Amino acid sequence: MNLDTILQQIFNGLQLGSIYALIALGYTMVYGIIRLINFAHGDFYMIGAYASYGLFSAIGATLFFGLPANQATIIMFIISILGSMAAGGAIAIIANQFAYKPLRNKPRLSALITAMGVSMFLEYFFSALPVIGPSYRGFPEIIKKQLFPIGNAVISNYFLIDVGVAVSLMILLTLIVKYTKIGKAMRAVSLDKDAAKLMGINIESVITVTFLIGGAFAGVAGLLAGLTYPRIYPYMGILPGLKAFVAAVLGGIGNIPGAVLGSYIMGIAETFATAINSLIGEGIAFAILIIVLLVRPQGLLGEKIADKV
Amino acid sequence: MKIPIIDFIYKKFIKRRMTIFIVGALLVMFLIILLQKYNILNAYIIQIINVSLVYVILAVSLNLINGFTGQFSIGHMGFAAVGAYVSATITTLVLKITPNSFSHYLIFILSLIAGGIVAAILGFIIGFPSLRLKGDYLAIVTLGFGEIIRTILNNIDYVGGPRGLLGIPKFSTFPIIFVIAILTIIIIRNIVYSTHGRALLSIRENEVASELVGINTTKYKILSFVIGAFFAGIGGGLLAHLVQIAHPTQFGFMYSFLILIMVYAGGMGSISGSVIAAFGLTFLSEGLRVGLYSLSNLLKFTVGDQWRMVIYSLLLIFIMLFKTEGLMGMKEIKVLIPEEEDIHE
Repeated sequence: MNLDTILQQIFNGLQLGSIYALIALGYTMVYGIIRLINFAHGDFYMIGAYASYGLFSAIGATLFFGLPANQATIIMFIISILGSMAAGGAIAIIANQFAYKPLRNKPRLSALITAMGVSMFLEYFFSALPVIGPSYRGFPEIIKKQLFPIGNAVISNYFLIDVGVAVSLMILLTLIVKYTKIGKAMRAVSLDKDAAKLMGINIESVITVTFLIGGAFAGVAGLLAGLTYPRIYPYMGILPGLKAFVAAVLGGIGNIPGAVLGSYIMGIAETFATAINSLIGEGIAFAILIIVLLVRPQGLLGEKIADKV
Repeated sequence: MKIPIIDFIYKKFIKRRMTIFIVGALLVMFLIILLQKYNILNAYIIQIINVSLVYVILAVSLNLINGFTGQFSIGHMGFAAVGAYVSATITTLVLKITPNSFSHYLIFILSLIAGGIVAAILGFIIGFPSLRLKGDYLAIVTLGFGEIIRTILNNIDYVGGPRGLLGIPKFSTFPIIFVIAILTIIIIRNIVYSTHGRALLSIRENEVASELVGINTTKYKILSFVIGAFFAGIGGGLLAHLVQIAHPTQFGFMYSFLILIMVYAGGMGSISGSVIAAFGLTFLSEGLRVGLYSLSNLLKFTVGDQWRMVIYSLLLIFIMLFKTEGLMGMKEIKVLIPEEEDIHE
């Protein structure tokens, strides 16, 4: 593997890592607040991809007929970002309201099993719906792909879009969590639920907002993934969902910068492993995970929590 | 007039609930064989019963880890995959035996045990993280473990790689699977109600407290993984010789979830719950397949097979929402409870 290949793989890894990071953030936020591994999170990503696909097919060419092509593309892209966010966020809130909320005071594992059920339901429901169906669909190339050479490696404008959208959303999230009232409430709930309740924080609305943000991020990730790897299908969320979860654990679950760090490590590790052998690429994520959990179970940036007796 | 020796045998062996259970199971077995012989139960139904019985083995063994010891393992199919590939390699690739003589069946049983032992060794290895990790983290490690097994199998060309291992002889007949399923139930039931079983239960209830009263929690957690993995390996071997193919996707985590659903729907810590759920869910799944097919014919409109899984997953969600503890909770049907337990009630 020469230097150019290494550089190229790092670019590919960053691109993949950006998508993982957007999914992982939702995982880690939901876990931080209600200690639930929301297995259905990967499916929010799938729904985001389908929502933007639907938007493209429905209004793609007709609505902005009068405008010049590049302006229409930008408007279309912004609409699809908002549409995928709305779809992902809406489905996350619905899932929370109907499936997770009634189990709040039950043993945690039952919510986990329910999450698996929600995940299965969304996957099979989407593949059963006649309008969507189980088959693969090609994602429309709304933005023309352009390649820019850097040395002997190339990056595409998709790379810039993926990383750009992911990083700006991460900054937005950091600002929300750090400086807004709801962000403060989220931090309080994740620190101590009961104390937060005593301080007059409405826990349920904080949880709803968390699901909304997480779902919206996953929705955008679905759009970006559809754009970058132009093939969507109802089960597309399973593996990225799992890997993003692993990334969140790697960074220290419940920890927002950790999720981003873990995702980029994961993306780069996966592209390098895939460059060696495509099948090793599939397993590397879990191998990393097991090693990290054995050596440092709280993750890279997580804090060790002592057992309370 | 009582004859002491007959009285002794009567009380110690015949009146025992275990005897009733074994005799009842054997009667059911002979009844099904008889019905099969007179074509009242066709090959399709027998196949569903066989699959259900394999799921009984897998669910009961997972229940030992998850339900009784309170660990959270969600990669159970990884163990089954190892058992399936080991036993299928022995019978199909190395010895190339066919189900035509008694000695070949004997070799088959030995290959199952070999598969179980290899799976148990892996269970021993995977048991180690359980010493350091709890709950969710352990769940993810076991999930990752199952996926790694699948990736490794995908990469071994000798066992077919991504094509899968084809042409496995059909050794898993109804009586063999039935007897092994019953043996699994009896062995796990005996473990649960033994001194060791008490230790497992105490780990589930409170690990720190059980350590304080002098239970070697390390040993027992690994023990439950080893035993659970052993039976999962045997179940996997039976499955491979039943469907006559071993394929990496057959043991993907979706199937691990199915086993997990059976354990939870039946009730954590209830062997009979797992048995009922394994049968109920397998039959429900097949029933939905038939039902949707006839609905398609009736409506002159194809109702996709995916709706079956939609209903299945909705059912799971509703069980969790409205009967969180599962169908049986922690209860057990009476024939599986030793008489000595009655004092506690």
